[in-house]
This record gives sequence, structure tokens and C-alpha cells, in this order.
Amino acid sequence: MIECKKITKTYRQGDIETHALKDVSFRIDDGEFIAIVGPSGSGKSTLMHILGCLDTATSGQYLLDDKDVSKLSDDELADIRMEKIGFVFQSFNLLPRASVLRNVTLPLVYADVSKEEREKRAKDALKSAAFPEDFWNHYSNQLSGGMMQRVAIARALVNNPTLVLADEPTGNLDTKTGEIVLGTFQQLHEKEGHTIVLITHEPYVAEHAQRIIHIRDGAIVEDGKVKNRRVIHHHIL
Amino acid sequence: MTTRDIIEETYVALFANKVRSGLTVLGIVIGIASVIAMVSIGQGASGQIQSSIEGLGSNLLTVSPGASEQSRGTVSQGRGSAQTLTTDDADALATIAGVAYIAPERQGRYQIISPTGNNTNSTVVGTTPDYEMVRNLSLAEGSFIGEVNVRSLGRVVVLGSTLASDLFGDQDALGKTIRINKLNFKVIGVLEAKGGTSFSSPDDMAYIPLTTMQKILAGGDYLSSIAISVTTKDLMPQVKAEATALLLQRHNVTAESTDFSILSQEDLLGTLTQVTDTFTIFLAAVAGISLVVGGIGIMNMMLTTVTERTREIGLRKAIGAKRKNISRQFLIEAVMLTFLGGFFGIVLGWIVSFLIASIAGITTTVSLQAIILAFGVSAAIGIVFGYYPARRAAGLNPIDALRYE
Repeated sequence: MIECKKITKTYRQGDIETHALKDVSFRIDDGEFIAIVGPSGSGKSTLMHILGCLDTATSGQYLLDDKDVSKLSDDELADIRMEKIGFVFQSFNLLPRASVLRNVTLPLVYADVSKEEREKRAKDALKSAAFPEDFWNHYSNQLSGGMMQRVAIARALVNNPTLVLADEPTGNLDTKTGEIVLGTFQQLHEKEGHTIVLITHEPYVAEHAQRIIHIRDGAIVEDGKVKNRRVIHHHIL
Repeated sequence: MTTRDIIEETYVALFANKVRSGLTVLGIVIGIASVIAMVSIGQGASGQIQSSIEGLGSNLLTVSPGASEQSRGTVSQGRGSAQTLTTDDADALATIAGVAYIAPERQGRYQIISPTGNNTNSTVVGTTPDYEMVRNLSLAEGSFIGEVNVRSLGRVVVLGSTLASDLFGDQDALGKTIRINKLNFKVIGVLEAKGGTSFSSPDDMAYIPLTTMQKILAGGDYLSSIAISVTTKDLMPQVKAEATALLLQRHNVTAESTDFSILSQEDLLGTLTQVTDTFTIFLAAVAGISLVVGGIGIMNMMLTTVTERTREIGLRKAIGAKRKNISRQFLIEAVMLTFLGGFFGIVLGWIVSFLIASIAGITTTVSLQAIILAFGVSAAIGIVFGYYPARRAAGLNPIDALRYE
């Protein structure tokens, strides 16, 4: 469970203060599929960084699994990311000269998981991300964009995180491939009960989630269930 | 993160840029190779000097007479020309504790003629049987001068190997009669080749009994020098001091106006070692400059790599890598480069020193210390020049790093 209490983030450049987030509070229960939507400059990236423990809030509390992580040091945050967060980025960020399996096992390398266990978990994660087995030993730069993003999803899942954070995961993909990736998220949510937070500026993409948080000028303007949820049918996956 | 993981990561990273890694390593290879080759030349030279000095005899003290005392204003005859050292001095010195062998010598240059008419001018040494031990001589055939020959003023001679072949060619010299300064001498032994001691080669000398030299060939009861072989190295200073005291007393002179000098190999070796050490350090320093340049190459490459892989570093941090994981990874990449360079540098340096030895004919020695030093230096260069790039990588903010284009 995730709880944000009056999160404020202020950037200071010389004498000018910019409030990226102002008193943002919300709660995400385990197993929710949420989209955070807002135009660029709305503060959604800052919120993602705080949710992903890449950054800390200037004030306010961020409880991740009932643990306050808002005042931790860099290395402590790294541990939290390793144990509880899985990232999916717009630009995939895969290691180019490494096989699919090696990319997926990378988080486990830092978590001191044994070699056999790593491989086992990576294969499970790849299956969860609906990544075809024939390509497991391909180099990641030989894959198509949609395939790469599914490798990235598998990598995000491999440490069995509390929260999967996807930052514009379809931004570099065409509509059809984007749908496949969104369908993968929906399946992960439905079948395996992962908590997923999708950050996007496109309302269309956001409508694949269960709940949408609209953010604008650093504050939440709307938070509610999606009325006409888009569901990707399994046959196209 | 296990060691194996780090090594795997390093391997992948270095092999991703084979050409760049290769060229960077080449800088270190050249640096290490030149250090190894240069030090091998220096050490080879000092080894050669040392062995040629030790070849003169082990634990050797040489007593030489000083310049003859003359009245003011006359021309000095030069050191060693004095006739102050006598056979009695040698007998007295022999009683000092710690003296293993003592060989009084009287030298002169004479014309030597073989029965076949070969004619040569060589150094003739009049001495006693102990000379063989003092000077580490060994005989190819026959025997050395015996006590009997000395007592009976025997007209016998032992030839150095070079001299023997100069006089007799391929023929056997043993038992033949040669003429030294128009006197007949019978060859009773030929020495084994001792090899080039650069100062005075025992191979090119003839040896006859001391008494024969003093009474028949040269005349006069004095000696050119006395060679003393001391039982152990530790006793050298003590024997030297005692010998000095004894001779001062016998010659009735003070320490300020000695008419003799006692030199040990150590004295000679010390001076020469100093020279060769300076030479070696100089060569190594010149070669070391190229090593530093190689190190800067490593730093340059690592900085480029860190910039290129900024996003990768951001990702690694995002998925849980700590500062130390990142810095260690880049530091080990740098150390691995220098280690590779060190290894190939040692191999190349060895080959170069071998080539120098075989082409230029200089003795070279690749010592274990030089190799260990080279390895240590190359690892240290990796750490020193890899530290800054690694720190820069570790200090990157993951958010900025992930956005880096």
C-alpha cells in the first residue's frame, strides 16, 4: 500500500522557487491499476520520481508499505528501489549488448540473488510479460520496440515489486504495439495482482487503467474511477 | 554483487569497444614494456659487473704497495711501483685469523716464445700454490704450481687458456717447453677459460713459482701485490683492519703516511653498483614517463565511457545499484585495462630485452622484482587514473542520468 500525505516538492534556482508539487495527498491500495495523467510541466514526472524513490519530497510524508521513505539517504533509497519498485521507461533503457535474459536478471545482480535463482525468476518474469521464449537469448538491440518494452516490463517484475511504475511506456511505440504493451499491463494486473502506476500525458492511454489521477500545476485536480475502461482483448497479445 | 558478476560486466563492457580498449591498453603495454626492457638493461649491466668482480676471487682482499717514498721534487714512480711489500709481509699476514688462503704475487710483462716460434708478450705472474684457490682458478689439464716448485725455484709454468692457444694453437701444450725472457720453462698445466673479466684476464697470463720470478726472472725480493682470501664474508672488515694494523707496524709507518693500500671487492663493487643503479633508475624514469602517459589514456577512455553510458548508469541506479556498486564497476574496468596492459607489457618487455641481448650483445636480466614492480605500478595506475571517472559515474543523479541524451 502506498500513501502520500501532503507531498510538496520545491526546486530552488537562485532566488526563484518553483513548486513542482503542492500538498499532494492520495492513497493507492495493493492491486490497483492507476494512471497519473497531466500535461507536461504538471508535476507528474516529479511525482513519479518521488513514488519511485528516485527523489525525496521537500516536505510531506510518503509511506511505502507503511514505511516512511521520505527522509532516507541515497543508498537507503537504492535499497528500497531494489526491493519494492519496478521501473518501465519510455525509452526502454535496456543494456544494448546483452541478451534478454541478462537484461532481466540485472536487478537481481544488485540484490545478491544466486545465479540459478536469478535465471529462474527471470524466466518467470518473461513469461508473465508474455515475452516469447524463442527470443530469450537474443540481444536486446535485435528486438522490435514492442518486444523491448516487454523485456523492460519483465525486468521491472523480476524483483517481485510492491509497485510497478511505468513512465510513458507507450511513448516510443506505434498505436498497435502500444496496445499490446498496455494489454500486457492489464493482464499483469488482473492475473497476477500487481500494483501498477502508469504515468502518461495521453488520456487515451490512461483509460486502460482502473483509476485516473489528473494532475495540473502540481496539484491533483481529479481522482476517480475510469468510466469507459478500454480493455485489450487477449487474442491480440 | 559477486566478484564473478563484476568480472562479467567488465568483460562485456571492455569487449563492446574492442578497438578503443585495445588502443588504451596499448599505451600501458608500451609503458610497462619499456620499463621492463630498460630495467633489464640496467640490471644486466650491473649483474655483469658484479659477476666479473666476483670472478676475481671470492672474499678477496688485495694488498698493494703505495708509491715509493722519494725526496721532494723528484718524479713519482706512481702507485704500485714501491718495493715495500715483501714475502715476509705475506708470511706475517698469513697468521691473521680468518685468512683462508694468501697468495703473494709478483708480476711483470715478458716476451714468451713457443717451440714452434710463436711469439707473444704477456703478463707473467710469480706466485704460490694458494693462488689457485684465491683466484678461483681451475685447470683444464695438468696441475698448478706446487709447493715443491716454489721451494726448488722450479722452471715450470702454468698457462692461461688464451695464452696457451696463442702459443700452441690446437696442439697440446702440456709437457712442452716455452721460453720466457730467453729462459726455458716447462708447461705443467693449462687453465680452464675463465671468461672475460674486464679488468685483467687470467686467461691471458702465465703463472710461475714466486721464487723463480723473484730470483731468476725479475730479481728483487719485493711483491707486486698480496691477494688474501677470507674464510667468510662477515670476517672481511675484521681481517682488513688487522692486516692494516699489522702492516703499519711492520713497515713502521702511521696511518697518515701508509705505503700500502688494502682494497676489498666490496669497495670496487660498491662504487660500480652505485653507477649502475643510477643508470637503471635513470632508464626506468624515462620509461616511466610513457607509463604515466598511458595512465592518462586510461583516464581519458574511462571518462568517455562514463559519459557514453550515463543512461546505463541511471538505469542501474534506478534498479537498485548503490554508489559503491557503480564506482567499483568502473574502477575495476580501469584496473582490468591496466592489468591486461601490464601482462602484455611484461611479455613484450621480455621479448624486447631478449632481442636487445641477442642483437646488440648487451647482457639483460629480467628480474622477478621488475615484473612485480611493473604489475604493481600498472594496477596502481588503474586505481589512480580510474578513481576520478569512477567517482564521477557513482555521483551521477539517477534522474538526470536517465534523461541524458
